[in-house]
Amino acid sequence: MYFDSLQAVLHMDGHGFYVWAAYAVTLVTLTATVIAPVLRRRRFLRQLAAQLKRAQGATAASARRIN
Amino acid sequence: MWPIFHKFGSPPWLYSISGAILRWLLPITLIALITGAIWGLLFTPAENVQGNSYRIIYIHVPAAVVALAGYYVMALAGAVSLIWRMKMADVAMKAAAPVGAAFTFIALFTGAVWGKPTWGTWWVWDARITSMLVLLFLYLGVVALYEAFDNKEAAGKACAVLSLVGMVNIPIIYKSVDWWYSLHQGASIKFTGETSIHSSMLYPLLLMIAAFYALFTCCLLLNMRAELLQREQRTQWVRKLIDKEVVN
Repeated sequence: MYFDSLQAVLHMDGHGFYVWAAYAVTLVTLTATVIAPVLRRRRFLRQLAAQLKRAQGATAASARRIN
Repeated sequence: MWPIFHKFGSPPWLYSISGAILRWLLPITLIALITGAIWGLLFTPAENVQGNSYRIIYIHVPAAVVALAGYYVMALAGAVSLIWRMKMADVAMKAAAPVGAAFTFIALFTGAVWGKPTWGTWWVWDARITSMLVLLFLYLGVVALYEAFDNKEAAGKACAVLSLVGMVNIPIIYKSVDWWYSLHQGASIKFTGETSIHSSMLYPLLLMIAAFYALFTCCLLLNMRAELLQREQRTQWVRKLIDKEVVN
């Protein structure tokens, strides 16, 4: 390893703030970019499932009325 | 050739193959990203002139490279959907836009944070930075334009045209450091001729570039899958999928 201590890793001879800020913002942005479509897909699947269930219930109810 | 083309035009096939690809590509990408970041942050020597601030290179350069490559993907998909009316190309174009915007934003942000200790300023209207900012607006423009239309077919056409016109910007970004006076340095990694970067820094950089490419692919596929489901919600294969995936 290039650094001697955790202190040195965080400080990076005065450049720590810049380096860690760059990596932190990158991490947050990339995580959001990966998670967003996953959540969108899940939410949509759940919504559509609920919608289909309701539609099924409605058809069953109207079928009962006819009988 | 044509059977492959037809398969790509088939939403259920694309949905299942992308799921299969993501199952191994996503974990490999994560491992590569973590390895590359730790390698670059902790196990490479400091740079002679810039000291430790240069470690930002391991995210800045990969993000910028992939932001440009992503634009090719988006514009090419736009062209295919315009010329052959291929719906899946339209899906790919729409999916690429927000991902490309994220990578461009990372390139710009890490560049600003790197510029402060190195050039003494967060921002300059230097040719490369300005053309990268234009790239960000092009990506965001495609996202916004798609949302602005109620008619999705018209939206797709307008976005394809916008992304094709925006291609003009790509050679400008590449050549900006040669054409104008710039704070950015010329290319250090060359396919032809001497590469002017030491191997102890080159290998983690190459790993990170590969990992960012893989991550772009993952994000593109994830976005395409979400979009595919929404567009195909009335079809039989999506109904079957719901019976299988949503238990309650």
